[in-house]
Amino acid sequence: MDFGFITTHTSAYIKAAGLTLRLGLWGILLSLIIGLFCCMVSYYKVPVLRRICAVYIELSRNTPLLVQLFFLYFGLPKLGVVISAEVCAIIGLSFLGGSYMAEAFRSGLDSVERVQLESGLSLGLTSAQVMYFVTLPQALSSSIPALVANVIFLIKETSVFSAVALADLMFVAKDLIGMHYKTNEALVMLVVAYAIILLPISIAAALLERRVRRAGFGN
Amino acid sequence: MSETVKLLELQNIEKSFGDLEVLKSLSLDVNKGEVLVVIGPSGCGKSTLLRCINGLEPIQSGKIKLDGEEITAPGIKWSKVRQKIGMVFQSYELFPHKTVLDNIILSPLKVQKRNKADAVKDALALLDRVGLLDKKDAYPRQLSGGQKQRVAIIRSLIMEPEIMLFDEVTAALDPETVREVLDVMLELARSGMTMIIVTHEMQFARAVADRVIFLDEGEIVEEAEPEAFFEKPKSDRASRFLNIFNFNEKK
Amino acid sequence: MQDLGIRVLFIGNNMQRLLLGLWETVQISLIAVILSIFLGIILGMAMTVKNPALRAVTKVYLEVMRIMPQLVMLFIVFFGLTKAFGINLSGRVSAVIVFTLWGTAEMGDLVRGALISIPPHQYESGAALAMTKLQVYIYVVIPQTVRRLIPLAINLTTRMIKTTTLVVLIGVVEVLKVGQQIIEANRYTYPSAAFWIYAAIFALYFLVCWPISLVARRLERKWQFGGDAK
Repeated sequence: MDFGFITTHTSAYIKAAGLTLRLGLWGILLSLIIGLFCCMVSYYKVPVLRRICAVYIELSRNTPLLVQLFFLYFGLPKLGVVISAEVCAIIGLSFLGGSYMAEAFRSGLDSVERVQLESGLSLGLTSAQVMYFVTLPQALSSSIPALVANVIFLIKETSVFSAVALADLMFVAKDLIGMHYKTNEALVMLVVAYAIILLPISIAAALLERRVRRAGFGN
Repeated sequence: MSETVKLLELQNIEKSFGDLEVLKSLSLDVNKGEVLVVIGPSGCGKSTLLRCINGLEPIQSGKIKLDGEEITAPGIKWSKVRQKIGMVFQSYELFPHKTVLDNIILSPLKVQKRNKADAVKDALALLDRVGLLDKKDAYPRQLSGGQKQRVAIIRSLIMEPEIMLFDEVTAALDPETVREVLDVMLELARSGMTMIIVTHEMQFARAVADRVIFLDEGEIVEEAEPEAFFEKPKSDRASRFLNIFNFNEKK
Repeated sequence: MQDLGIRVLFIGNNMQRLLLGLWETVQISLIAVILSIFLGIILGMAMTVKNPALRAVTKVYLEVMRIMPQLVMLFIVFFGLTKAFGINLSGRVSAVIVFTLWGTAEMGDLVRGALISIPPHQYESGAALAMTKLQVYIYVVIPQTVRRLIPLAINLTTRMIKTTTLVVLIGVVEVLKVGQQIIEANRYTYPSAAFWIYAAIFALYFLVCWPISLVARRLERKWQFGGDAK
């Protein structure tokens, strides 16, 4: 194991990790927004939007991110729509993530029992107030384990960004393998990089799940 | 009780769930300051009756009037009506993510737009009245069933409703804590609150009621003053029902 | 507009090649899934054994599979193993290995979850009827476990089919690669081919995965087991 090689190229990995995280976080943020929107639309049974969101969710859950990226980055330009690689990555990730977040929010909402809403209404709160003060807070905290699992999933998905010429972690690793033939070193650093990013989140997820379960909201 | 003022009027209420008729042309008047106890076998429609009164269940036909105003008319905002009707549920339904105090002042602040300091003052006074002042910053999961139910009662009471509905509020409680809740309800009754209570606690019913109605299969089978009802029920069905609670025969 | 472009899908045997490319991916997934089911069941049962060393090893295995992106594992197997052991694994074989490892971990966890979610008194009532431990397993536990597992296994298959696309990045000729080839070949005749080809691939994946996921959902509803829906 050539440790000298490792130290020289650590900065390349750090830069790549930064890119991965930056794009990943944007994707996650947008996914949360899209997910919440779809969930609300579905909950309130808004006529046209509801169908659109349902179709969106099916499309998003049944197609791979890689294919979506290829379409956005290589396909759309032929129609005159040219998007930068970074934006493609964010759009693709959000498109994929939105449906997963929507599902997480939905199960959170479902977990709030009907009687809770009724007791809110009985106090004279309007439907909107019940949603804001009673339902949503409980739904959100129930959703957290699923939301965090989705975050982990989405960060793992970012590994395909190199396919659209982004200098992410996979790109750096492949580059080093190809250029310097230092396969072992490159791969070890790759694994370490992802572990550093994902292990903390994974542990946080496990802790959160235990905490939410123990807090055991309930009468 | 100098004059009797009709507070709540139910006229020919019909309620069905799909094909199942739950309330059959039911009519009922409740006077101001009166405590009405509703008893009857499971499935007779008691809970549904309460839920219809506060609009949680829509009725298929009939009218409900509160203070002379028809609350079942189209265009009526239930969020306004419900400020005058308080309801306490069997499962307490406190908001688990809020402290006891926040549970109580949520509605006065957001619905009645009261001043926060005033609302808190009222809340604390009420908590003191039921002996739970020290629990004001606790979360519902830290309270016993009886304590939660008492908080639930106060939460409705602080809205200053004209009538309060109690849906089998002690049914889910441990026997030891049932009494503390019933005591609160007795005190409320004595202070002149108009109440409709659905319960299985026969002795309590006897003590608190001004009038008892016996509901069976969606109809009012019998209506009487408590003493008369419990000692000498007029109808067969009522007798049979009351017998469930009597262990007069020795083994 | 681009109405000329869409024709590229239908000339020659382009569509056929695309479908064959997709079949390449599906094949890898199916092999991996089948292997995963068998190995997963074994792993799942192993995880319920009360041996602490075994528990630790399986736990680590699971966590590694959970944290590492599949593409990283593909790289490790495809580039790393070749270097480390001098063996030259094809992209396909690497893919099958990686996805089987991943699938086994997932299935193992599902099996473990299903096994421990069977109320203990099921075991006890079997024993009370004087059945041996093995009989309890065969007649009581396994039928119930299988019911819980099937929708989840189908769900795993869809996920695997979607993830197998990654093999294009280690050079396997699957649908995206075929697409690229077609686009290249038709660079002058159909300059906008890329749009239609990739749109078609998008649609193809959807047409393959969606029915499968519908089946899984219907089965899940039919066999109504309360509990986690992932």
